[in-house]
Amino acid sequence: MITKRIIPCLDVKNGRVVKGVNFTGLLDVSSPVELGKYYSDNGADELVFYDITASSEDRAIFTDILKEVASTIFIPLTVGGGINTLNDFDRVLKCGADKVSVNSGAIKNPSLIYEAAKRYGDQCVVLSADVKRVDGVFKVFAKGGRENTGMDALEWIKRGVDNGAGEIVLNSIDTDGVKKGFDLEMLKAVCDIVSVPVIASGGAGKVEDFIELFKTLPKVDAGLAASIFHFGEVRINELKKALKDNDILVRL
Amino acid sequence: MVAIIDYGVGNLFSLASSFKQIGVNVVVTGDKEVIKNADKIILPGVGAFEDASKKLFSSKLSDVIVEQAQKGVPILGICLGMQLLFQKSYEYGEHEGLGLIKGEIRPIKEVIPSHLKIPHIGWNALKFSKEKNQLFKYINENDCVYFVHSFYGANCEDSVIATAEYGAPLTAAVVCKNVYGCQFHPEKSGKVGLNILRAFCEME
Repeated sequence: MITKRIIPCLDVKNGRVVKGVNFTGLLDVSSPVELGKYYSDNGADELVFYDITASSEDRAIFTDILKEVASTIFIPLTVGGGINTLNDFDRVLKCGADKVSVNSGAIKNPSLIYEAAKRYGDQCVVLSADVKRVDGVFKVFAKGGRENTGMDALEWIKRGVDNGAGEIVLNSIDTDGVKKGFDLEMLKAVCDIVSVPVIASGGAGKVEDFIELFKTLPKVDAGLAASIFHFGEVRINELKKALKDNDILVRL
Repeated sequence: MVAIIDYGVGNLFSLASSFKQIGVNVVVTGDKEVIKNADKIILPGVGAFEDASKKLFSSKLSDVIVEQAQKGVPILGICLGMQLLFQKSYEYGEHEGLGLIKGEIRPIKEVIPSHLKIPHIGWNALKFSKEKNQLFKYINENDCVYFVHSFYGANCEDSVIATAEYGAPLTAAVVCKNVYGCQFHPEKSGKVGLNILRAFCEME
């Protein structure tokens, strides 16, 4: 059967991984290429590269970096950030991305998901949603979680899947950075309404949080995190051994 | 030299990089003369069977592949490339393949329980059929490889050398003489995948 996936996310700005990292044995801890290779060699099942630059000049730097990463790492690569058009899909796929993650771009132009799925296949299109409770209702936020769109998150995600999104990354703004575990309530609500893979994001602080995630919600396919991996608070190979010891199927 | 056949289907960047990684001289080409001179041939492919097979047949690259296969040149089809080696496919209609592997391509949903998600996407363990094939000489049974597919090789029992369990044993790799096929993506399967490509490159 398909294994549960552990996915580190690297935010890249001006060709560097932002947010500090503390790995011993890496010559250049903020090099996307070195860090990507480190993760790939140490048990990551997939990598997400997120372009957090704004200018088109920086975008070209990101694209070059992506190409270099893709030529040295032989696991699936997902790329997100600044994906607004089919040309953006084309640009990153040509550099070796396997999947493309859309967020604000799909909010601005909801037909993007449909058009991209039609051209590249559902498996290529990942809908990433930043979701927060507002008066007890799950709402979609845009612009990196700063702006409430007013849209109902469950309706938005359901619509995205109907339009061809092959995978959902659910990032809970409520639990993000809190490090007290994933947002199981929000994840369950999403798992109940979609049949495509769901990737949990936001809130992981320790190994036990991942065990709880997969034990409580067997329908969740993957756990994504950034700083806890970058800072070495959770080591991916140790995490995967712990998951295996808890009878959760992983690739070792 | 390994020739990766470029017939306008999908992006071959990762595939070419993976051969470079294992130190193998590789060329991505649609030139028939170059393909005829290659020691090994890779038939890649993503997307729909009908579109890909049309491109292969209309460009007559299909003739070159079949000719070289008959001459004994090792050929490896990857993902849709593996499916194209079969006799026919029932992906949205009925389409002819290259006929180098006996069997047909059918929807996964015909054989797996309805609660399982389609496509079969992610890392899954290889189960070897019969004795371990040379293609797997550098890897072990139950090593995981990366799959993305909604259709699978059926009625090809004689050729199957590995399966992956997904509610049913799905064809993961096939061989018929010098013609090999992987349903999974070795170029996305980490060290295990690179070791499979390395073993293929060492085939006589």
